[in-house]
Amino acid sequence: MVDGWLDYTLRTVALGAALLGGMSGALGAFVFLRRQSMAGDAIAHATLPGVVLAFLLTGQREPQLLLLGAALAGSAGVLLWMAITRWSRVKQDSALGIVLSTFLGGGVLLLNLVQNRPGAYQAGLNHFLFGQAATLLSRDVAILAAGALGVGLLLLLFWKEFQLLSFDRPFGASLGWPMQRLDIGFTLLVVAVIVLGLQSVGVVLMSALLVAPAAAARQWVDGLGAMVLLAAALGAVAGVSGTLLSALWAGLATGPLIVLCASILVLVSLLWAPRRGIVWRQLDRLAAQARLR
Amino acid sequence: MASHETRPAALTVSDLTVMYGEKPVLWDIDLHMPAGVLMAVVGPNGAGKTTLIKAILGLVPAVAGQIRIDGRPYAEQRQRVGYVPQRGSVDWDFPTRVLDVVMMGCYGRLGWLRRPGKSEQAAALRALEQVGMADYAHRQIGRLSGGQQQRVFLARALMQEADIYLMDEPFQGVDAPTERAIVGLFRELRTRGKCVLVVHHDLQTVPEYFDWVTLLNVRSFACGPVAENFNESLLRQTFGGHTPWIGDERLPSRVSTTATLPAVG
Repeated sequence: MVDGWLDYTLRTVALGAALLGGMSGALGAFVFLRRQSMAGDAIAHATLPGVVLAFLLTGQREPQLLLLGAALAGSAGVLLWMAITRWSRVKQDSALGIVLSTFLGGGVLLLNLVQNRPGAYQAGLNHFLFGQAATLLSRDVAILAAGALGVGLLLLLFWKEFQLLSFDRPFGASLGWPMQRLDIGFTLLVVAVIVLGLQSVGVVLMSALLVAPAAAARQWVDGLGAMVLLAAALGAVAGVSGTLLSALWAGLATGPLIVLCASILVLVSLLWAPRRGIVWRQLDRLAAQARLR
Repeated sequence: MASHETRPAALTVSDLTVMYGEKPVLWDIDLHMPAGVLMAVVGPNGAGKTTLIKAILGLVPAVAGQIRIDGRPYAEQRQRVGYVPQRGSVDWDFPTRVLDVVMMGCYGRLGWLRRPGKSEQAAALRALEQVGMADYAHRQIGRLSGGQQQRVFLARALMQEADIYLMDEPFQGVDAPTERAIVGLFRELRTRGKCVLVVHHDLQTVPEYFDWVTLLNVRSFACGPVAENFNESLLRQTFGGHTPWIGDERLPSRVSTTATLPAVG
């Protein structure tokens, strides 16, 4: 066990998962507050055709190349979603459903196409569905570190703009801020984080890593800054613990394990957090009833 | 500015038309509001009152019309306009403190990359003091009453240090002390030469709280001093026959129901 902890590969992988959990937790706090959890899910699914197309077009399995494809497909999905919402009478959630099903359907079809080809060289693509953190190399971790740094920096630089975007967008627009462009910028940042998470968590569950740490953090704190920091910390914890579990039972996909860890954090927070937790509120009510008797 | 015989119109809206699809929500609206005036905008539900404010602010696209402030295009003068949206338009469970919300009022003049500092914080505290909320600066906004939420929004608008304030139903669902506080604030703003446009739903308090009134129902039926423009005949036209008027004992006696009416339409 001790050997396992010191193992270089495992440390690399755990560090990568911590960075990923941290940045998606921090950015996810805003996604959660903007009630765009479903958008995160749709974006993640929309990346799949990009991964497969990148592979089909180049015949290579370089993760960086495949992730570039994912980023392009994800951005295309987001812009299509925003365009449908803006220029047609289709409502936001329906537009999201249209984009999600079209892109995911296309992605699955392409994946079938690849899998029906002779030869086992395409095997790696399946990992993008549920993630396989064990495939993280130190080069991938360096990219994750750069990503986390970038997300942290952008959140700091555009703190008040993202605050306006999340709390009171019309007021922000009345002050003269280009809220539409900020929205696009923010959502493309979400695409970037989701793409960075595809290798370890996968298309299907990546949105949970965005939203779950935020949902848990909201239960404990009352300030935006505190919530972002706590969500980042909880995301990192979920990332590391999920990865370690996946390393202990080789063969288990990392994505579901990371998301399970995050879900446990959410469950505990929903039940036990002071003031907002279910248990706390029940106790509060019982105490109030006792006083009235 | 050679003559001061007529006060300059601080806010002028001309030929403003807003459509939702095929349906006009605002049709050819002209209104002007001089400095130092408190103006109520009244009209039935669906008359386009909120849309009027949003169109002035550029939040909904207008198919025609011009907004001018002191005769200059709105886009150049944006920082002189403060906005109080409807209280229900935001999520009050958002994790933030009262002071942080008020501080948002200065984000417009701060611009990109600059963060609010000590002087902005002091200004926010002063704004809270003006609305009687100084003790609540560090309270989580989810733990405020409706009236307190409204006052936080007013403080945020004061923080904008604007000359023209546009307020959407600030009296909606507030308690009596808050209503008094808002009226007191209006008068203070008027003394300082500001002008305030308020979407208002309580016809009875119009003559008491406001100097000017705009009667709106897609078209503008009247716009000017309360004394000449707030009478039963015009209200009936605006509300389409059935005025939600409960007795007229509160109508100031000087209001005539037959005297010279401005041309409508």
